[in-house]
Amino acid sequence: MTRFLKATGYAVGLPAILLTAWWFGSANSTNTFWPPLSTIIETFPTTWTWDRIVADVFPSLARLGIGFGIAVVVGIVLGTAIGLSPTLRALSEPVLEFFRAVPPPVLVPIIALFAGYTGWLGKIVTIALGCLWPILLNTVEGVRGLEPTLTDTAKSYRLSPWRRLVFVVLPGTSPRIFTGARQALSIGVILMVISELFGANRGLGAAIVQFQRSFAIPQMWTGVIVLGLIGVLLAALFKVVENRMLAWYLGQRQIDRGE
Amino acid sequence: MSSSPSTLAPPARPRVGARPRRPRRSRDLWLGIAGVLIVLAGAETLSRTGIVNPDFLPPVTAMYAALFEMLGEGWFWEALWLTVRGWAIGLAAAMALGIALGFVIGSVPFLRKFTSSTIEFLRPIPSVALIPLVILLFGTQPQSAFVLVLYAAFWQVLVQVLYGVADVDPVARDTARSYQFGPIRVARSVIYPTALPYIMTAFRLGAAVALILEITAELVIGVDGLGRELGIAQSSNAVPETYALVIVIGLIGVAVNLLARFVERKALWWHPSVRSENS
Repeated sequence: MTRFLKATGYAVGLPAILLTAWWFGSANSTNTFWPPLSTIIETFPTTWTWDRIVADVFPSLARLGIGFGIAVVVGIVLGTAIGLSPTLRALSEPVLEFFRAVPPPVLVPIIALFAGYTGWLGKIVTIALGCLWPILLNTVEGVRGLEPTLTDTAKSYRLSPWRRLVFVVLPGTSPRIFTGARQALSIGVILMVISELFGANRGLGAAIVQFQRSFAIPQMWTGVIVLGLIGVLLAALFKVVENRMLAWYLGQRQIDRGE
Repeated sequence: MSSSPSTLAPPARPRVGARPRRPRRSRDLWLGIAGVLIVLAGAETLSRTGIVNPDFLPPVTAMYAALFEMLGEGWFWEALWLTVRGWAIGLAAAMALGIALGFVIGSVPFLRKFTSSTIEFLRPIPSVALIPLVILLFGTQPQSAFVLVLYAAFWQVLVQVLYGVADVDPVARDTARSYQFGPIRVARSVIYPTALPYIMTAFRLGAAVALILEITAELVIGVDGLGRELGIAQSSNAVPETYALVIVIGLIGVAVNLLARFVERKALWWHPSVRSENS
């Protein structure tokens, strides 16, 4: 029991101190940029009504989900193909190195040329393209790093290429795929916001910038907090999925380390 | 009797292994060059034949013509310098802060437990959430980009350094204690060598993220630099220039990656992970 209390104390202690400091430090603030925390909290329910959540937050998250999903599927398919063929790998390596190194926000002006930026298409393409490279390259690396014993065993048992893919290659690569997907997710959130800052738009990022332009400062702060909460929730959700799907791998690593 | 064949056999083996390796490496090189050429030629034909509207995708030759024209102009070098400077300052600050705090928090168990929930919470907050705030505070001044770069790269560095400090061999730590090393000496000769590979990973990850945020700040907020020029080129419909700037920024990204890998190899020449790669 005391151990549990101690653990909660550690977990809650610093956040409580920081929030209290923010609360009292800003209590009598007359600086328009740093409104009192109490004001921010008061404006929260009136700003983020159900209507606004439906109109701004859900579409943003839907675009993120679709773009991220496309990137995962395309990244795994292409990554496995490239990883399995040395020729294809040598052929595509410098090109992929370049595309990986291009900072994803740079894609926005290019995609704006093709698809325009008022609809969903341009935004989804931006998110998907930005998320693709980390997943693709990690998949390639994962396939390359497969345990040779495993692949040789599968070959000598004459597993068909399809079964080899499903039972040996993909599970063996999955830890790396998750590493790539985790990087991709944080890039996806960045692109979700940035893609809404161009042109007249609705969406979470657009709403926050709208508040800022109209000097609705407490509302802007609530937007920043909502965005932060979404980032934290997505990271937590990702961890849950990862722990479930990679349970075998995480457990194995724990045994290796002798924990 | 039996020893002579066995002494003869080993030298033969590496030769067999080494021979196909060298042609293979040069074959990979040629394939890589071929891959780049295929992409460039493909884009050129798509545009020339009109399969893709040349207004959206100009011929690659036109992009490079625009690029070479830019190389002769003052604003281009000015913008390039501002971008690289903003990236370097933000990254350096994030590294310094992340390493210092990581060493302190990581070596004091109480601090580690006390801060872990806060770090886990603050880390996934996307740095772009700060964009409206920095616009209000600094407008289009370079400080806007600095705050975004610092915030994004700092967490990458801090978390890696914390892992690194936690990885210190307990035997080494206890040995240092029984030799009565002071805290500075422990940090320098016990923690630092263990954490160095992690610091290098932090540098690699942080460098890439810092560039993303620097370009974002220039593109979205209008901080001076290549990103801002890119936004201007796009909105004034100068399509070949837009692509040329994207190519330049991409090449900066490649250079950043190569630099990070080079620094990693130089700093970790003694480390088993690098040594096994070379041998």
